[in-house]
Amino acid sequence: MLEVKTMAEYAANGETPEVLFWVGCAGSFDQRAQKVTRSFVKILNHLNIKFAVLGSEESCTGDPAKRAGNELTFQMLALQNIEVMNSYGVQKIVTTCPHCFNILKNEYPGLGGKYKVTHHATFLQELIDTGRIKLSDASQFKGKKITYHDSCYLGRANDIYEAPRALLEALDAELVEMKSCKTKGLCCGAGGAQMFKEEEHGTIRINNARTEQALETGATVIAAACPFCSTMISDGVKAKEKQMQVKVFDIAELLAAGQGLENLTF
Amino acid sequence: MNILVAKTFKPYNFASFKSVSKQMILKLIQILAFVALSGSVFFLAFKLYKRIYRNIMLGRKQVINDNIPERLKNTLLVALGQKKMFKNVIPALLHLVIYVSFVITQIELIEILIDGFTGNHRIIYHAVENIPFLKGFYVFVVSFIEVLSLLTLFVTFAFLYRRNLIKIPRFQKPELNGWPKLDANNILYMELTLITFIFMMNTGDQAKYLLQHGHTYGFWVSGLLAPALSGLGETAITIIERIGWWGHISMVYFFLLYLPQSKHLHILLAFPNVFFARLIPKGEIPNMPEITKEVKLMMNPDAAFAAPTGEPEEPVKFGAKDIQDLSWQNLLAAYSCTECGRCTAACPANQTGKLLSPRKIMMDTRDRVEEVAKSMDANNGVWQEDGKSLIENGYITVEELRACTTCNACVEECPININPLDIIIQLRRNLVMEDSNVPNEWAGMFANMDNNGAPWQYSQLDRLNWTKE
Ligand code: SF4
Ligand code: SF4
Repeated sequence: MLEVKTMAEYAANGETPEVLFWVGCAGSFDQRAQKVTRSFVKILNHLNIKFAVLGSEESCTGDPAKRAGNELTFQMLALQNIEVMNSYGVQKIVTTCPHCFNILKNEYPGLGGKYKVTHHATFLQELIDTGRIKLSDASQFKGKKITYHDSCYLGRANDIYEAPRALLEALDAELVEMKSCKTKGLCCGAGGAQMFKEEEHGTIRINNARTEQALETGATVIAAACPFCSTMISDGVKAKEKQMQVKVFDIAELLAAGQGLENLTF
Repeated sequence: MNILVAKTFKPYNFASFKSVSKQMILKLIQILAFVALSGSVFFLAFKLYKRIYRNIMLGRKQVINDNIPERLKNTLLVALGQKKMFKNVIPALLHLVIYVSFVITQIELIEILIDGFTGNHRIIYHAVENIPFLKGFYVFVVSFIEVLSLLTLFVTFAFLYRRNLIKIPRFQKPELNGWPKLDANNILYMELTLITFIFMMNTGDQAKYLLQHGHTYGFWVSGLLAPALSGLGETAITIIERIGWWGHISMVYFFLLYLPQSKHLHILLAFPNVFFARLIPKGEIPNMPEITKEVKLMMNPDAAFAAPTGEPEEPVKFGAKDIQDLSWQNLLAAYSCTECGRCTAACPANQTGKLLSPRKIMMDTRDRVEEVAKSMDANNGVWQEDGKSLIENGYITVEELRACTTCNACVEECPININPLDIIIQLRRNLVMEDSNVPNEWAGMFANMDNNGAPWQYSQLDRLNWTKE
C-alpha cells in the first residue's frame, strides 16, 4: 500500500498540500500506466513532497471528448473538475499525462480553472536541477542506449522538448534520437481520441510506423512521457516481437530506478 | 521636364521631319495601346481581388486584433523572412531565388509603367544619365535584376525537374491531380516566358544603343548578348526590343489576373495570413462559449427558470458544416495555401496510408468557397442553399476527419502558419454534436465519460486502486 493522501483528507486536517497530483484516467485505471503512477508517487514520497490526489473526486479532464468533437461532454467534466479544485483552493498541479497537462494548462483557464500546471518531465527536471533528486543508482544505465519518443501534446503542443531529454542525460544513458524527433516527432497514433477507436483504413498502423523508427536507433529502452504513447509503442514493440530485447518505460519509472526506488529489468 | 523629354528622344536620333512624325504616330499608338491594356487589366484585377475579399468574408466573424507587435514580428520573420522554409535548405534556397527576384523585379516595373504611360524610353536612366553616381546605381539595379533573372531561369528548370521528373512524394498525392498540377507547372512556364521577354527587351535595347552610341548601357548580362544582335540591323533589333518590352508587361499583367485562381495567390496572401494566424499554444483548442452557456444551465437548472426570457435567440449551430461556419481567418488560410504539401508529408495519418491529407483539407475548403462564390455570382451575389456542404459532397469525407490524431505536425510544418487542424476540429464538432455521426467506440467512450467520468467503464470510486500494489 502506497502512502497517498487525498485533498479531502488534507482539508479535513486543515492542511494544504504543496501540489495536487493529477493522476488522470490512464494513470488510475490502465495497468501499465498505474505502474508509472506508483513510480512517480514513490519519488514524491521519497523526497517528502507534500502532495495530494483527488481520488474519487477526480474525473476525466474531458480531453478525448473535446478532441473527438464533443465539446459538451468536455465542458461538463471540466466545469465539474474546476468546481472541485476551486473548492479546495488548488494552486499547483502536476500530472504524468501530457493530455491532462495540455488541457488543464490551456483550456481550463477559460472556464475558470486557473492553476500553475506542470508536466512531470518538467517537475522532475526541476528536482534534479535543484539537487533534490540524487541519482544514487544510475550506474545501471551507463552505456545503455535510450531513445526518447516525443509526445505531441508535450512537444509541438506546448514546446517541451528538452526537459525529458535532460532527465535521460542525468541518468548517464546514451541518448539516441529517432529519424523524426522533437518538432518533427512522429505521433504514436493515440491522440485526438484515436486511442479509443480502431484506426481508419490505411497501409500500416501509426504506432508500428513509429516503433520502426525507434527500433532503427538500436536503443534497448524506449522512453516515453505519456501513458498513451507508452501503450502504443509497447504494442508496436510486441508486433515486431522485440519485447524481450527492447523495453518501453516512462521517464518516471526510469528516474525512480535511478534513485533505487524501483527495480526495472532491461 | 522639357529637358527630360528632349533627352528621351536622343537615342532615337531622327533623320528627318518625316520620320519624326512617323515616330510620333507610332509612339502615340503605343501610349494608347498601353493605356487601354493597363486600364482594362486594372479594372479586371480590381474586380477579381474584390471578389476574393468578399469570398473570404463569407466566413464567420472573428475579431483578431490582439498582440499586434507579435503579429508584425511573425509577418516579418515568417512571411517576409521565410523563416520556416529554411527547415529544409535546398527547396528554401531555390524558392528564395524566385522570391527575391520577383520582389526586386518590381522595381523595374515602376520605370516600365512610367515609360508606357508617357511614351518615354528608360525615363529614369535618361534622367540620371549625367549624374555618374545615380547612373551607376541604375545600371547596377538593372544588372542585378538580370543576374537574378538568370538564376531564376535555372531555378525554374530545377523546379520543373523536381515536380515532374524526380517524383518527390509530396508532389504525387491524389489531391494534386488535374488543375493543381497544371497550375504549378503553368506558373513555371510563365516564369520562363517572362525571363525570355526580359532578356529580349534588355538585349534588344542594348544592341540598339550600341549601334547608335558605340557602347551599351552597361547592363551585365544583356551587355554580353547585345553584340550578337548588332548584325541584324536597327529595325530588326527594335522589333526584338519591342516584343520583349510588350511581352514583359503583358506577362506581368497576365500573372496578376491569373493569381486569383492559383495557389500562387500566396505571394500576396501569405502576409495577411501569417499576420492573422493564431498565437496561442498549438495544443490549445479554443473552448466554445455557446456550449459553456448550455452546460451552466444544465448544471444549475434553477438559473434556467430564473433567466429572463428576452429575445428568442437564434438557434446556434455547433461546429462547422460549411464554409460560412468556419472563421474568415480559416478561409483566408485556404486562399493562402501554397499546396506545397509539407503538412501532408509530416502527417502521421497520411504517412500510414490513411485518406487524410491536411493539404487536401485546405484545398477542399478553398474549392468549396469558390463553388459557393460562383453560385452567388450567378445569383446577383445572393447565397442560396445548394444542399451541399464542405463535409462529403466531393469535399472532406468523414473518414478523413476521423483519421486525425490532432498531433499538430501539419501546423508545425506549414511555412506560412496555416492550421489545418483548426478546420478539422470545427468539422468534427459538427459531425459529433449536430449529426451524432460517431464511430461506435466513441459513442461508448462518450457514454462512459458522461456516466462514470472516465473514457472506460470503471467506477469513479476505484480511482485509487493503483495505491494497492
Ligand atoms: S494534426 Fe491531424 S491532420 Fe495534422 S498532421 Fe496530425 S494527424 Fe495529420
Ligand atoms: S497548409 Fe501550409 S504546409 Fe500545407 S500545403 Fe498549404 S502551405 Fe503547404
